[in-house]
Amino acid sequence: MKATVYVTIKENVLDPQGNAVQGSLQTLGFDEVAKVRIGKYLELTLDTTDRAVAEERVKAMCEKLLANTVIEDYRFELEG
Amino acid sequence: MKFAVIVFPGSNCDLDMYNAVVDVLGEDVDYVWHTATDLSAYDGILVPGGFSYGDYLRCGAIAQLAPVMTEVRKAAAEGKFVLGVCNGFQVLTEAGLLPGALIRNNSLKFRCHPVGLRVENANTAFTRDYAQGEVVTIPIAHGEGNYYCDEETLASLKANGQIVFTYDGVNPNGSVAGIAGISNEAGNVVGMMPHPERAVSELLGSADGAKMFTSVLNAWRERNGAASTR
Repeated sequence: MKATVYVTIKENVLDPQGNAVQGSLQTLGFDEVAKVRIGKYLELTLDTTDRAVAEERVKAMCEKLLANTVIEDYRFELEG
Repeated sequence: MKFAVIVFPGSNCDLDMYNAVVDVLGEDVDYVWHTATDLSAYDGILVPGGFSYGDYLRCGAIAQLAPVMTEVRKAAAEGKFVLGVCNGFQVLTEAGLLPGALIRNNSLKFRCHPVGLRVENANTAFTRDYAQGEVVTIPIAHGEGNYYCDEETLASLKANGQIVFTYDGVNPNGSVAGIAGISNEAGNVVGMMPHPERAVSELLGSADGAKMFTSVLNAWRERNGAASTR
Protein backbone atom coordinates (compact mmCIF):
# COMPACT_ATOMS: atom_id res chain seq x y z
CA MET A 1 0.00 0.00 0.00
CA LYS A 2 1.18 3.51 -0.76
CA ALA A 3 0.73 6.50 1.53
CA THR A 4 1.12 10.05 0.30
CA VAL A 5 1.68 12.53 3.12
CA TYR A 6 1.36 16.30 2.76
CA VAL A 7 2.82 18.49 5.49
CA THR A 8 1.96 22.18 5.34
CA ILE A 9 2.79 25.17 7.52
CA LYS A 10 -0.24 26.27 9.54
CA GLU A 11 -2.17 29.20 8.11
CA ASN A 12 -1.27 31.54 10.97
CA VAL A 13 2.46 30.72 10.84
CA LEU A 14 4.76 32.82 8.67
CA ASP A 15 6.12 31.06 5.56
CA PRO A 16 9.16 33.07 4.45
CA GLN A 17 9.96 30.58 1.67
CA GLY A 18 6.46 30.92 0.26
CA ASN A 19 6.69 34.71 0.44
CA ALA A 20 10.01 34.69 -1.43
CA VAL A 21 8.60 32.48 -4.19
CA GLN A 22 5.50 34.67 -4.46
CA GLY A 23 7.75 37.71 -4.90
CA SER A 24 9.68 35.89 -7.59
CA LEU A 25 6.51 34.89 -9.45
CA GLN A 26 5.34 38.50 -9.37
CA THR A 27 8.70 39.61 -10.76
CA LEU A 28 8.02 37.26 -13.66
CA GLY A 29 4.69 38.98 -14.24
CA PHE A 30 2.41 36.44 -12.56
CA ASP A 31 0.63 39.19 -10.65
CA GLU A 32 -2.43 37.03 -10.06
CA VAL A 33 -0.53 35.03 -7.40
CA ALA A 34 -1.86 36.42 -4.12
CA LYS A 35 -0.16 33.92 -1.85
CA VAL A 36 2.27 30.97 -1.95
CA ARG A 37 2.62 28.37 0.79
CA ILE A 38 5.37 25.75 0.62
CA GLY A 39 5.06 22.36 2.26
CA LYS A 40 6.49 18.86 2.17
CA TYR A 41 5.37 15.89 0.12
CA LEU A 42 6.32 12.38 1.27
CA GLU A 43 5.66 9.04 -0.43
CA LEU A 44 5.70 6.02 1.84
CA THR A 45 5.51 2.42 0.64
CA LEU A 46 3.93 0.23 3.31
CA ASP A 47 4.07 -3.55 3.47
CA THR A 48 0.49 -3.89 4.58
CA THR A 49 -2.82 -4.29 2.76
CA ASP A 50 -4.99 -3.51 5.78
CA ARG A 51 -6.34 -0.03 5.22
CA ALA A 52 -7.47 0.57 8.79
CA VAL A 53 -4.09 -0.46 10.21
CA ALA A 54 -2.24 1.65 7.65
CA GLU A 55 -4.36 4.68 8.48
CA GLU A 56 -3.66 4.35 12.18
CA ARG A 57 0.07 3.78 11.63
CA VAL A 58 0.54 6.69 9.21
CA LYS A 59 -1.33 9.01 11.57
CA ALA A 60 1.05 7.97 14.35
CA MET A 61 4.06 8.59 12.06
CA CYS A 62 2.77 12.09 11.28
CA GLU A 63 2.16 12.93 14.92
CA LYS A 64 5.48 11.54 16.16
CA LEU A 65 7.88 12.61 13.44
CA LEU A 66 6.69 13.74 10.02
CA ALA A 67 4.90 16.89 11.18
CA ASN A 68 5.58 19.26 14.06
CA THR A 69 2.00 19.99 15.04
CA VAL A 70 3.04 23.23 16.78
CA ILE A 71 3.67 24.80 13.37
CA GLU A 72 2.46 22.30 10.76
CA ASP A 73 -0.72 20.58 9.61
CA TYR A 74 -0.72 17.25 7.80
CA ARG A 75 -3.02 15.11 5.71
CA PHE A 76 -2.47 11.85 3.87
CA GLU A 77 -3.95 9.59 1.22
CA LEU A 78 -3.76 5.80 1.05
CA GLU A 79 -3.70 3.93 -2.24
CA GLY A 80 -3.71 0.25 -3.12
CA MET B 1 30.08 19.53 38.98
CA LYS B 2 30.15 17.18 36.02
CA PHE B 3 28.90 18.21 32.57
CA ALA B 4 27.83 16.17 29.57
CA VAL B 5 28.04 17.65 26.07
CA ILE B 6 25.65 15.61 23.94
CA VAL B 7 27.04 14.81 20.49
CA PHE B 8 24.71 13.99 17.59
CA PRO B 9 25.88 13.22 14.07
CA GLY B 10 26.22 16.77 12.72
CA SER B 11 26.81 18.58 16.02
CA ASN B 12 29.50 21.18 15.36
CA CYS B 13 29.53 23.43 18.42
CA ASP B 14 30.35 20.55 20.76
CA LEU B 15 34.04 21.46 20.98
CA ASP B 16 33.23 25.09 21.78
CA MET B 17 30.81 23.98 24.49
CA TYR B 18 33.34 21.52 25.94
CA ASN B 19 36.09 24.16 25.93
CA ALA B 20 33.80 26.76 27.52
CA VAL B 21 33.30 24.44 30.51
CA VAL B 22 37.04 23.75 30.75
CA ASP B 23 38.19 27.35 30.22
CA VAL B 24 35.53 29.16 32.24
CA LEU B 25 34.89 26.66 35.03
CA GLY B 26 37.65 24.07 35.01
CA GLU B 27 35.01 21.47 35.88
CA ASP B 28 34.70 17.91 34.58
CA VAL B 29 33.10 17.52 31.17
CA ASP B 30 32.59 14.60 28.79
CA TYR B 31 31.36 14.26 25.25
CA VAL B 32 28.37 11.90 25.38
CA TRP B 33 27.36 10.16 22.15
CA HIS B 34 23.73 10.21 20.96
CA THR B 35 23.44 6.46 21.53
CA ALA B 36 24.19 6.73 25.27
CA THR B 37 21.58 5.31 27.61
CA ASP B 38 22.76 6.61 30.96
CA LEU B 39 23.32 10.20 32.06
CA SER B 40 23.13 9.54 35.79
CA ALA B 41 26.77 10.56 36.27
CA TYR B 42 26.15 14.12 35.07
CA ASP B 43 24.84 17.21 36.86
CA GLY B 44 24.55 19.47 33.82
CA ILE B 45 23.50 18.50 30.29
CA LEU B 46 24.61 20.72 27.41
CA VAL B 47 22.98 20.23 24.00
CA PRO B 48 25.22 22.04 21.50
CA GLY B 49 24.56 23.70 18.17
CA GLY B 50 25.14 22.28 14.74
CA PHE B 51 23.05 20.41 12.22
CA SER B 52 22.00 17.20 13.94
CA TYR B 53 21.19 14.50 11.40
CA GLY B 54 21.73 17.08 8.66
CA ASP B 55 18.58 18.92 9.79
CA TYR B 56 16.69 16.53 7.51
CA LEU B 57 12.90 16.77 7.74
CA ARG B 58 13.10 19.64 10.30
CA CYS B 59 15.81 21.03 12.57
CA GLY B 60 16.06 18.75 15.60
CA ALA B 61 13.25 16.44 14.48
CA ILE B 62 15.35 13.30 14.18
CA ALA B 63 17.69 14.11 17.07
CA GLN B 64 14.76 14.21 19.50
CA LEU B 65 14.30 10.46 18.86
CA ALA B 66 17.93 9.50 19.63
CA PRO B 67 18.36 7.10 22.57
CA VAL B 68 20.16 9.72 24.66
CA MET B 69 17.10 11.99 24.54
CA THR B 70 15.17 9.59 26.77
CA GLU B 71 17.88 10.24 29.34
CA VAL B 72 17.84 13.99 28.73
CA ARG B 73 14.07 13.98 29.40
CA LYS B 74 14.67 11.99 32.56
CA ALA B 75 17.43 14.37 33.71
CA ALA B 76 15.18 17.39 33.03
CA ALA B 77 12.33 15.81 35.00
CA GLU B 78 14.71 15.17 37.89
CA GLY B 79 15.52 18.89 37.95
CA LYS B 80 19.01 18.59 36.52
CA PHE B 81 20.25 21.62 34.58
CA VAL B 82 19.83 21.34 30.81
CA LEU B 83 20.97 23.99 28.31
CA GLY B 84 20.27 23.79 24.57
CA VAL B 85 21.99 26.27 22.28
CA CYS B 86 20.96 26.92 18.65
CA ASN B 87 20.35 23.45 17.16
CA GLY B 88 20.26 22.25 20.79
CA PHE B 89 17.35 24.68 21.39
CA GLN B 90 15.60 23.28 18.31
CA VAL B 91 16.14 19.74 19.62
CA LEU B 92 14.67 20.65 23.04
CA THR B 93 11.54 22.18 21.46
CA GLU B 94 11.11 19.15 19.17
CA ALA B 95 11.52 16.92 22.23
CA GLY B 96 8.73 18.78 23.99
CA LEU B 97 11.04 19.90 26.81
CA LEU B 98 10.44 23.51 25.81
CA PRO B 99 7.28 24.98 24.23
CA GLY B 100 7.04 26.44 20.71
CA ALA B 101 9.13 25.83 17.61
CA LEU B 102 11.90 27.45 15.58
CA ILE B 103 11.10 28.31 11.98
CA ARG B 104 13.00 29.90 9.08
CA ASN B 105 14.30 33.43 9.69
CA ASN B 106 11.82 35.91 8.26
CA SER B 107 14.65 37.46 6.22
CA LEU B 108 15.40 34.02 4.68
CA LYS B 109 19.05 34.80 5.44
CA PHE B 110 21.50 32.89 7.57
CA ARG B 111 22.36 35.52 10.20
CA CYS B 112 25.83 35.30 11.74
CA HIS B 113 26.93 38.28 13.87
CA PRO B 114 26.97 39.55 17.46
CA VAL B 115 23.61 40.67 18.84
CA GLY B 116 22.49 42.55 21.91
CA LEU B 117 20.54 40.38 24.31
CA ARG B 118 18.42 41.62 27.17
CA VAL B 119 18.33 39.36 30.23
CA GLU B 120 14.58 39.12 30.89
CA ASN B 121 14.88 36.58 33.69
CA ALA B 122 17.98 36.60 35.89
CA ASN B 123 16.50 33.97 38.20
CA THR B 124 17.16 30.84 36.14
CA ALA B 125 20.03 28.49 36.93
CA PHE B 126 21.79 29.71 33.78
CA THR B 127 21.29 33.47 34.20
CA ARG B 128 21.59 34.15 37.92
CA ASP B 129 25.00 35.83 37.58
CA TYR B 130 23.51 38.46 35.24
CA ALA B 131 21.58 41.49 36.43
CA GLN B 132 17.89 41.61 35.59
CA GLY B 133 17.49 43.70 32.42
CA GLU B 134 21.22 43.68 31.67
CA VAL B 135 22.12 43.91 27.99
CA VAL B 136 24.92 41.61 26.87
CA THR B 137 26.62 40.86 23.55
CA ILE B 138 26.55 37.27 22.30
CA PRO B 139 26.81 36.04 18.70
CA ILE B 140 24.08 34.31 16.70
CA ALA B 141 24.62 31.95 13.75
CA HIS B 142 21.41 30.48 12.40
CA GLY B 143 19.02 30.24 9.47
CA GLU B 144 16.08 28.90 11.47
CA GLY B 145 16.02 30.84 14.71
CA ASN B 146 12.63 32.48 14.36
CA TYR B 147 10.88 31.47 17.58
CA TYR B 148 7.20 30.76 17.10
CA CYS B 149 4.46 29.92 19.57
CA ASP B 150 0.74 30.62 19.61
CA GLU B 151 -0.72 33.50 21.62
CA GLU B 152 -1.86 31.27 24.45
CA THR B 153 1.65 29.84 24.88
CA LEU B 154 3.18 33.33 24.71
CA ALA B 155 0.84 34.52 27.45
CA SER B 156 1.84 31.61 29.68
CA LEU B 157 5.57 32.17 28.94
CA LYS B 158 5.13 35.78 30.06
CA ALA B 159 3.03 34.89 33.08
CA ASN B 160 5.55 32.30 34.30
CA GLY B 161 8.67 34.38 33.60
CA GLN B 162 9.85 31.81 31.06
CA ILE B 163 11.21 34.38 28.62
CA VAL B 164 14.91 34.35 29.51
CA PHE B 165 16.44 36.51 26.74
CA THR B 166 15.04 38.90 24.15
CA TYR B 167 16.91 40.59 21.31
CA ASP B 168 17.85 44.15 22.18
CA GLY B 169 17.30 46.46 19.22
CA VAL B 170 16.85 44.77 15.85
CA ASN B 171 15.09 41.41 15.91
CA PRO B 172 17.38 39.35 13.64
CA ASN B 173 14.96 36.58 12.71
CA GLY B 174 11.36 37.63 13.31
CA SER B 175 10.89 35.78 16.62
CA VAL B 176 7.60 36.27 18.44
CA ALA B 177 8.05 39.06 21.02
CA GLY B 178 11.76 39.21 20.11
CA ILE B 179 12.37 36.00 22.04
CA ALA B 180 15.97 34.71 21.93
CA GLY B 181 15.76 32.18 24.77
CA ILE B 182 13.20 30.57 27.04
CA SER B 183 13.05 28.19 29.97
CA ASN B 184 10.67 25.47 31.02
CA GLU B 185 8.23 26.20 33.83
CA ALA B 186 10.58 24.81 36.49
CA GLY B 187 13.46 26.95 35.17
CA ASN B 188 16.02 24.13 35.01
CA VAL B 189 15.82 23.71 31.22
CA VAL B 190 16.90 26.68 29.09
CA GLY B 191 17.07 26.96 25.30
CA MET B 192 18.48 29.87 23.32
CA MET B 193 19.51 30.66 19.75
CA PRO B 194 22.61 32.82 20.52
CA HIS B 195 25.87 31.06 21.35
CA PRO B 196 27.19 31.86 24.86
CA GLU B 197 29.95 29.26 24.39
CA ARG B 198 31.35 31.43 21.60
CA ALA B 199 31.52 34.46 23.89
CA VAL B 200 33.62 33.35 26.85
CA SER B 201 36.73 35.47 26.27
CA GLU B 202 37.49 38.98 25.05
CA LEU B 203 39.69 37.25 22.46
CA LEU B 204 36.47 35.95 20.91
CA GLY B 205 34.98 39.45 20.82
CA SER B 206 32.95 39.15 24.00
CA ALA B 207 33.16 37.40 27.35
CA ASP B 208 29.48 38.01 28.11
CA GLY B 209 28.55 34.34 27.67
CA ALA B 210 30.82 33.20 30.50
CA LYS B 211 28.20 34.04 33.13
CA MET B 212 25.89 31.36 31.72
CA PHE B 213 28.48 28.83 32.84
CA THR B 214 29.37 30.42 36.18
CA SER B 215 25.63 30.79 36.89
CA VAL B 216 24.89 27.10 36.53
CA LEU B 217 27.93 26.11 38.57
CA ASN B 218 26.85 28.45 41.36
CA ALA B 219 23.28 27.14 41.17
CA TRP B 220 24.57 23.59 41.45
CA ARG B 221 26.85 24.46 44.36
CA GLU B 222 24.01 26.14 46.19
CA ARG B 223 21.77 23.13 45.64
CA ASN B 224 24.42 20.67 46.77
CA GLY B 225 26.06 22.71 49.49
CA ALA B 226 29.36 22.25 47.71
CA ALA B 227 32.30 24.44 48.58
CA SER B 228 33.79 26.64 45.92
CA THR B 229 36.96 25.07 44.57
CA ARG B 230 37.84 27.78 42.08
